[in-house]
Amino acid sequence: MEDKENGLSYKGIKIAIVAGTPGAGKTSVLIHTIRSLINLGFNPAVVKIDCLYTDDDIRYKKLGIPILVGLSKDMCPDHFAIYNLEEMVEWANNQSQNIDILIVETAGLCHRCAPYTKNTLGICVIDATSGPNTPKKVGPFLTGADIVAITKGDIISQPEREIFRERVLEMNPKCRIYDVNGLSGQGCEEIAKEITKTKSIMHEELEFEELRHSAPLCICTLCIGERRVSKKYHRGVLRRIDGFTKYLGE
Amino acid sequence: MNIKEITIIGGYNKHRELENVRELTIKKGEIFGIVGPTGSGKSNLISDIEQLAQGDTLSGRKILINGEIPPEDIRRNPRKKRIAQLSQNMNFLADMTVEEFILMHAKSRGIERENIVDKVINLANKLTGEPIEREYNLTVLSGGQSRSLMVADVAVVSDSPIVLIDEIENAGIKKHEALNLLADYGKIVMIVTHDPVLALMADRRVVMKNGGMCKIINTSSEEKEVSKRLSEIDDWILSLREKIRHGEILGLDNVIKKQYM
Ligand SMILES: Nc1nc2c(ncn2[C@@H]2O[C@H](COP(=O)(O)OP(=O)(O)O)[C@@H](O)[C@H]2O)c(=O)[nH]1
Ligand SMILES: [Mg+2]
Ligand SMILES: [Zn+2]
Repeated sequence: MEDKENGLSYKGIKIAIVAGTPGAGKTSVLIHTIRSLINLGFNPAVVKIDCLYTDDDIRYKKLGIPILVGLSKDMCPDHFAIYNLEEMVEWANNQSQNIDILIVETAGLCHRCAPYTKNTLGICVIDATSGPNTPKKVGPFLTGADIVAITKGDIISQPEREIFRERVLEMNPKCRIYDVNGLSGQGCEEIAKEITKTKSIMHEELEFEELRHSAPLCICTLCIGERRVSKKYHRGVLRRIDGFTKYLGE
Repeated sequence: MNIKEITIIGGYNKHRELENVRELTIKKGEIFGIVGPTGSGKSNLISDIEQLAQGDTLSGRKILINGEIPPEDIRRNPRKKRIAQLSQNMNFLADMTVEEFILMHAKSRGIERENIVDKVINLANKLTGEPIEREYNLTVLSGGQSRSLMVADVAVVSDSPIVLIDEIENAGIKKHEALNLLADYGKIVMIVTHDPVLALMADRRVVMKNGGMCKIINTSSEEKEVSKRLSEIDDWILSLREKIRHGEILGLDNVIKKQYM
């Protein structure tokens, strides 16, 4: 792996983390994007994270690339993705193909976390038909993204598309926006090019890799399985509906 | 950039044969029709223009602006593209008022103009029998109201010199006025339509066949006259519509007085 003399050295891996609500078009966009990456001569692999079930792997398998499914069960799927990043890279490195791009499709259920890290490419896939208030609601997986891919523009009018885009820019002024179509693949080549421009990271650098946005405050008694509702059973960082936050416990 | 004309350089039809029309230039202020049976390639032609294709679409057509290949950033950046599309999908999924919509759209286009909300609404209300108010929620607009709002929006807010229209539905809008209004704003208007009022309002129309531009028909002065009469019938039907809407009763005299047939 360290044999730099003969050009066979391990050059690290480019990582793209793709987040977005269920049904936004992540898999559809990624399938076209991966085809472009293959045409450009890269060897991508995909990890799909979900909670209980996914059949996205069947769709990815048709591309003939390595695919790993991770089910987080009762853990927050984004926390699960973050926590397993090193394992994913190890898995990719162990494939027989020389994997140089790792794409992680997240479950996209939590609006409070975003599993983007500082040296990976954060791609947010967002559905334009979800209405112009959506960009205000979705939180860090939009505000922390490098790339925002807006899908389903084909089924709304041009001014609606433009307004949606404006709202995305209001929430994340630095992002690069692409209008993409998960059905025709239009715009996915640009996403592929963005991925190829990401810098590669070495496995050993992952030890120092950091999240862009801290995961939500939590660890309360509910997190560890308490089922009783009443306040008196709860400890930890607790926020009341009136906004009052306190820490209860040792 | 001041867009004076666009040129379509012909490519191939579905059978990979060169299309008949090899070059077509459309100038500012012109209304240009696109006709042909379903599947003949009308929407693809519109989308080639929308994308400012450079031989990179299925048809292999190239689109020039003022006789030249448009620069890359105009093709990629929708803010610079200057092409407005009045689409068939006007569902207004947005939960916002007419006023918020106009202001938000103007902001997205980087346009600051006084009384822009009034301007758009007044214009829209010239095209529909059911007046729109600024505090209406978009989701409650009727088909005619939303189509009128979209036309006025294209004229005032989109401010794009090229307007592409992929069929405009019939009901509830003064089509003739709408099209004239867009052309009057100095735009190049390209419209896919089989509505005789609209198709004959165009100065020329291209007939599509098997994915290719087959031939160009110049609208004769006789056809222009037909168009004018048809448009009167259209307005008349729209006025009957309004009578029905306001609970009036129609009599035979509503029909007999008008001797169009
Ligand atoms: N009209 C339209 N549908 C799309 C587009 N992108 C995805 N879809 C559809 O949206 C649905 C969900 O897409 P999928 O890729 O599974 O979303 P994911 O859950 O984010 O991975 C599918 O039925 C897709 O065919 C798009 O750009 N336009
Ligand atoms: Mg998916
Ligand atoms: Zn979470």
